[in-house]
Order: sequence, then C-alpha cells, then structure tokens
Amino acid sequence: MSSPATLSWLAGHELRLGWRDWSALMTAGRRHRVRTVGIAFAVFAVFMHFFAYWIVAGYADATVASDTATLVGVTGTLVLSWSLLLSQAMEAVTRAFYARSDLDLILSSPVSARKVFAVRMGRIAGASIMIAVLLAAPFINVLAMRGGLRWLDAYGVVAAMGAVATAAALALTVALFRLVGAKRTRLIAQIVAAVIGAAFVIGLQVAAIFSSGSISRFTALQSEWMLARAPDTTSVFWWPARAVLGDGRALVAVVAFGFALLALAIAIFSGRFGEHALAASGVSSTVVRQRRWRLSFRRRSPARVLRQKEWTLLRRDPWLISQTLMQILYLLPPALLLWVTFRKGGDAYIVLIPVIVMAAGQLAGGLAWLSISGEDAPDLVASAPIPAGRILQAKIEAVIGMIALVFAPIVTMLALDSLFAAMVAALGILLASAAATLIQIFFRTQAKRSQFRRRQTSSRIATFAEAFSSIAWAATSALAAAETWYVIFPALIALGILAGVRIISPKS
Amino acid sequence: MHSRIERPIALALRGLSKRFDRPAVDALDLTVYGGEFYALVGPNGAGKTTTLRMVAGLLRPDAGTIAIDGIDALADPVAAKQITAWLSDEPMIYDKLTPFEYLEFVAGLWRIEAAVAEARARELIDWLGMAAHAHERCEGFSKGMRQKVELAGALVHDPKLIILDEPLTGLDAGSARQVKNVLRERVAAGGTVIMTTHILEVAERMADRIGVIAGGRLIAEGTLDELRRQTGKGNSSLEDTFLVLVAEQAA
Repeated sequence: MSSPATLSWLAGHELRLGWRDWSALMTAGRRHRVRTVGIAFAVFAVFMHFFAYWIVAGYADATVASDTATLVGVTGTLVLSWSLLLSQAMEAVTRAFYARSDLDLILSSPVSARKVFAVRMGRIAGASIMIAVLLAAPFINVLAMRGGLRWLDAYGVVAAMGAVATAAALALTVALFRLVGAKRTRLIAQIVAAVIGAAFVIGLQVAAIFSSGSISRFTALQSEWMLARAPDTTSVFWWPARAVLGDGRALVAVVAFGFALLALAIAIFSGRFGEHALAASGVSSTVVRQRRWRLSFRRRSPARVLRQKEWTLLRRDPWLISQTLMQILYLLPPALLLWVTFRKGGDAYIVLIPVIVMAAGQLAGGLAWLSISGEDAPDLVASAPIPAGRILQAKIEAVIGMIALVFAPIVTMLALDSLFAAMVAALGILLASAAATLIQIFFRTQAKRSQFRRRQTSSRIATFAEAFSSIAWAATSALAAAETWYVIFPALIALGILAGVRIISPKS
Repeated sequence: MHSRIERPIALALRGLSKRFDRPAVDALDLTVYGGEFYALVGPNGAGKTTTLRMVAGLLRPDAGTIAIDGIDALADPVAAKQITAWLSDEPMIYDKLTPFEYLEFVAGLWRIEAAVAEARARELIDWLGMAAHAHERCEGFSKGMRQKVELAGALVHDPKLIILDEPLTGLDAGSARQVKNVLRERVAAGGTVIMTTHILEVAERMADRIGVIAGGRLIAEGTLDELRRQTGKGNSSLEDTFLVLVAEQAA
C-alpha cells in the first residue's frame, strides 16, 4: 500500500473514484445490474465486431507501401476520430474545472495542489484513452484477424491520439479561461467541444455536397483535387497512418510524441488548475440582473404561465441550449444539400426528410426530459391548484412549441419547392416528437435540470427506445417521401416500440 | 380570545395512513383550528413530513381523510390546493427567474388577478427585505434568500392554510427572525400555520399548540402547559417534556 499523499496514493484514489463513477454510469447506481450490464457489453462487443467486419474487412490487405489514396483515407479516419476524442476530452476537462465535489477538501488539505491536479489530469487522459481504445477495438481486431497481427500497432496509435486529444483539450480550455474568464468558459468550451466534434464531419459533407452532390464524407477525401494536393508518401504527415498500417518506427515516434505532449501539458497546466477551479467555483454566486423591461404582472392562464416558464428557463440557460440545440448543427449538411438540390433541380428529399425527422425526435426527447422530469420546483407545481393532467399537457405544449420554432423554417423552405415533401416532413417531425415525448412521459423521474447530461443513466430503456423510435419514424418519413406502400412497416415498428415501452415502463 | 371549540376547523385528518416499507403514518387523527399556529414535533422518521406532504397533495394516503377548511382534499384536490401553501425544508425555486418573476409565476398558477398579485408581491418583497434583489436571478442567492423567495411565493396567493416543513433550517438569526415575524403576522391576521420543526424552542415560543408524533401516531397534543401536565414535569422546557414523551412511547 502506498504512503498517503504520494502520487501513487492519489492516483489510487482517483482510480477508485473513476471506477465507481463509471460503474454508476453503467448501472444507473444499481449494483445488482452489474451482471446485466456485463452481458449487454458482451452482446454489444459481438455486434460491434460484426459491424466492424462489414465496414473495414475490405481494407485488411492495405500495407505501409500503399498508395496516397490509402494514406489519405486512413489519415482522414484518424482525424475524424481524433476530433471526436478532443470534443470528449474538452467536456471532461471543463467538468473537472466546474465540479465542486471534493475540491474544497483537496484545496484545504496540506497536499500539493499541483500533485493532485496532475493526477486528476492523468485520470482524464486515462479515461479518454480507454474510451478511444474500446471504440476502436472491434475495427482493429477485425483488421488483425483478416490482415495479420501488424494491425495491432493501431492500438498504440489510438492511445497516442487519446493522449494528444487530452493535451490539446487542456491547452484549449485553459486558454479559454484566460481569454474569456471563468463565467463564460463553461458555455464556450461546451460549444467549442460540440463544434469540434461536428465540424470535421460537417466540413467533409459540405465539400462532398459541392463536389458531387453526395452527403458521404469520404467522397471529399478520395476526390482527385484532394489526392493531387496530398503530401508525398514519405512525409512525416503520414506517420500516424503508417503506424496504423504496421510501420514500427512510425509507431514508436507517434506514441512517444503523444505521451510526451501529454506530460508537457500536465506539467505546464497542473500548477494553475487549482486557481482556475477556484475561479470557476465563484461563478455560481455571480449576480445576474434581468433587464427591467417589464415591471407589471401579466394576466395569463396557468397553462400559459407553465409554458412561458419552460421557454424562459431554457432561453436563459445557454448551457442547456448548447446541449439540446447542438443537434441542429447536424442539420446544416442536409440543409445545404437541399439548397444544392434546388439549384440542380434534383430530388434529395428521400435523404433529407429522415435526417430532419430524426433530429426532431432526438431534440424533442431532450426538451421533453427538461420539461417533464427536469422540474426544479416539483413541489410548487404539484401543490398548485391545477389538475395534474393539465400541468402535463402544458409541458407537452411547451415542447411542441419549441420544436415548431426550430423546424418551421425548414418545412417552409421545403414547401417552397414541394408541398408534398413539406407535408411528409411536418408529419414526420410531429410523430417523432410526439413519440419521444411520450417515452419521456412513460419514464418520467424527478431530477434537477442540471442533471440533463446524465439523463440517460436513469433509464437506458428510455434512451434506446427514444433513439430507435426516432430512427423508425425517420425511415417511415423516407418511405413516405418515396411514395411507396412499404411505409407501413417502419410505421408499425415505431408504434410497436411505443407500445412495448408503455408495457415495460414503471407504473406510478 | 375565542376558545378553540368556537373556531372553525382549518385542517382535519382522520385515520390518515401511509405505508412505504413500513408504516410511516399510522391512522393519524389531527385537528388544527383556524387562526392557530400548530407545531408538529417528533424524532427523525416519525412521519411528520409524510403527514404534511399528504396534506399538501404531494402524496396520496393509503387510507383516511383530509379536510382543509371543510373541503375534502382527496375528492377535490384543486379546491383544497387553492387555499393552501406548501413550503419544503429545501427551497425549490427556479435559478433562472428573478424573485419578481417567480412570484408572477406562482400567482399565475393560483389564478390570482394580476394587479392584486403584483401589489401583494411588491409588499412581500419589501417586507422580507428583498427589494434590492427583486430583479436579480435567484441563482446567486444564499439559502436564506432562497427561503425568503419561497416564503413570498407561499404568501402571494393569500392562503388560508400554510404548511411548512422545517422552515428555519439553515437560516441565520436575522432571516429566521424575519420568517417568524411573517408567520406570526399571518396568524394574527386569521391565517392558519402548521409547521414541523426540530428546533423545539421555536415550537415552544411560537406555537399555540404542539403535537408530538412518533411512529406515525400522535402521542401527545396540547399547549406547552398541557404537555407538561401530561408528563408530570411542572416547569420543564419543551425539550425535556418532548424527550419524556418520546421515551414513554418507545417503552
């Protein structure tokens, strides 16, 4: 057993906290679920290996001596994955800044704050690397089975990518702290993280739309324009790709670079981390004065009061807006595709409408959780002289109102070209939103709005049902747009999901 | 002063029961009269909060009846809630609203005429010394400030019955005094207050009558003098009396 307050002792403490945090996340705090979660993981791993086989089995023969197109493809995939890792790492670093938990205890103890935060940063890096390795494992395993053990080198590259992503996340978040201060960093970091996660994917899709009218991100990577401008195959730029393909020297260099960068970032930033965390802790007591533009009470019905309250709370919480409406970013490529289609006179509705419907379902699920489960004053609302059914109805109206506000411009744009497509999209949006809201009603719990990011842990069934329901309604909309009677099948599946969820939902 | 018998009954609980893993409230009978300050005291887990949550319409009892100002609260909860206010021990308000907006929201839920509610809200905000913070979001408020906002929300619809669960927990001396003054004035104006508290001095000083609850049952009830007589301890404090009563019940 290590001595108290040493690096290894602190690392042990962080590991234990990390493990408990992770297992609570997986089991939603119910210990008896460990076995169930284990089985679910095993099933998921098998499924992922089949999925990986379908995606990458054809690339198993690629070698270090491959052509530029292969190197561009592998590098593009690595950058795509890395942008997602960076996004996740930024989220984790921001959380570490703003989480109070044991900060008062740590900073008031005689342990060196630098040491504590160095270990905490190491924990973030460890989690980031673990997630990266877990997600990449099925693909690497399939490639190794099909193309030889040399593919196992990719594990090293993935670990180095996690280390570099954490180092970059630390640098970016600390830079934001110094540039915009503690009050704004949380929101901006969340938005930057989401944009980084989405930007590369969206950027490639936008390039693909303009070059060939396709929404596939790999079209742009394999374009003649891109290949003609790629560096020579011997360039250092390709080392990560070469390492993945089995170049041992490149692997050593990539791994050494990744972990050296992480060590440097920890050494530089751990000393000031405590100060930033303290500054972040003062944010909650900052006074925010509302503009006194309205000094009189208005005459409104209780239902209107409830709807207005939901909208005001969301409007005044940029963090929640960033968490819920960030999905709208992913509508950018389909919207662009729509615009390009208009110009070219083609018909892309079968691709476009399901994306919109899917986004509406997911957004409605988040908003419904906030409105129905994330009530910060549940006793006040429940003790008000309004029938419970009317309260619920007002909250559903608030969700539908927000969905209408977001999607009305898109549907209007569609209607300018095709009234039928607009009607299909509007109906799909309505059905997907209603279904997601119903699922949230079936699985409603009592929670704080600030727990929004962890809402999935309260019910995995609700989370999966919400996703599958949105997918089913998206498929229904696509087939409806294609004017085929097959539309009945996904519609039945979507209704079946709702019925199933209703049956297994907890009865209050 | 009117005798208790002549006063209207503000709250009547008959055979009220609620069971979770074990009985939390067990066939409880309780009567609180109009214009009375009633304190419900008892050890942890005695069933105080569960009782009050059932009265406020936040929990459905397994058995028994609840009548608030003659209204059957189980048959017509909306009418009963219209004249009732509930305050929990942990203030639950909206961080992103200002006290002014919070009071407008509460007044809207209780369907109070806007002009009347606004006048009352401004009066309460001044009364509770919050005028300088009326247009600041509640997110930066201390617990005492939040408690005051919640109290103002409970009073803005002018309830006949105010139900409070540990209203003074965590308040500084100044805030606690303000809350006590507000409650006293409500009772003086004819309102009824029923409150749970662990601070026995508060019950001793403020309450007209005190109910002692243990194991979900009312084991003693009366003025402080009546409780003393019940235990046979002449000039003892409520704390001593309470400990004797609870010990007798446990035995």
